Amino acid sequence: MRGQARTQASGWGLGHALTGRGQGAGRVRGVNGFVEALRLWFAPARVREEGETPDYRFSLANERTFLAWIRTALALVGGGFAVDQFLPDLSRGWRIALALALLVVGALCALRAVNHWVRCELAMRRGEDLPVSRFPALLALAVGLVALAMALVVLFGWAEG
Amino acid sequence: MSHPGHPVRPATPERDPGLQPERTRLAWRRTTLSCTVAAVLAGKQALHGGAGPLALVGAGLSVGLWLAFVVLANRRIHALAHARPAPMRKGTALGAAGITVGLAVFAVAVVR
Repeated sequence: MRGQARTQASGWGLGHALTGRGQGAGRVRGVNGFVEALRLWFAPARVREEGETPDYRFSLANERTFLAWIRTALALVGGGFAVDQFLPDLSRGWRIALALALLVVGALCALRAVNHWVRCELAMRRGEDLPVSRFPALLALAVGLVALAMALVVLFGWAEG
Repeated sequence: MSHPGHPVRPATPERDPGLQPERTRLAWRRTTLSCTVAAVLAGKQALHGGAGPLALVGAGLSVGLWLAFVVLANRRIHALAHARPAPMRKGTALGAAGITVGLAVFAVAVVR
């Protein structure tokens, strides 16, 4: 599988492999790519085996992007705590639903931060395009839904419950 | 620039003109601050119903997660104090994300 990834390196790129793009074998490649990425999470030395060490400034920029995503995740988790603590008038169901939504999105955001960081680091080492991702759009939708739910709760006074 | 493979020299003799290590250091500081806010909220949540034994364990857990993040951030900040810092290690990334997920799991456990 790794050999396959290597031979594709020039044309396909890990980004394509992981997003499952392309026809026919695309889905298989997507699953393989995901397993590959997951293995790389827990095998630090393997990243160093791939390609060449990029300019340290690129690695630092990648690290700062990772930290920005971690901050986003921490803010979402903090928001989950805040909904639970500072909205005592909210009915129990709404409060728990909103808090859980924020906490789950926060945890996903943290895990995705590691995954994206690894993929970017690998792409830079192999001299490929940086991976593209749907995650920012999905996160924006999720945050928008939570905001809409809060607005509805306030508007229609479903606070008493 | 003469020893790219040896990040043992302090940043003073030569520095990155774009201040990349400094910016990354400050990013770690900002993230530590975010973690502090989340951990304080977690502690407040744990102690909400009085200081019973379970509440104290919960508060201790959130303090422990916060301390782990501070240690992680400080170790990375120390490693960044070189002209050409080595890339972040996988363990550091997993640790930071793990602490964030840990706080979320803690929150789910104590949600009322």
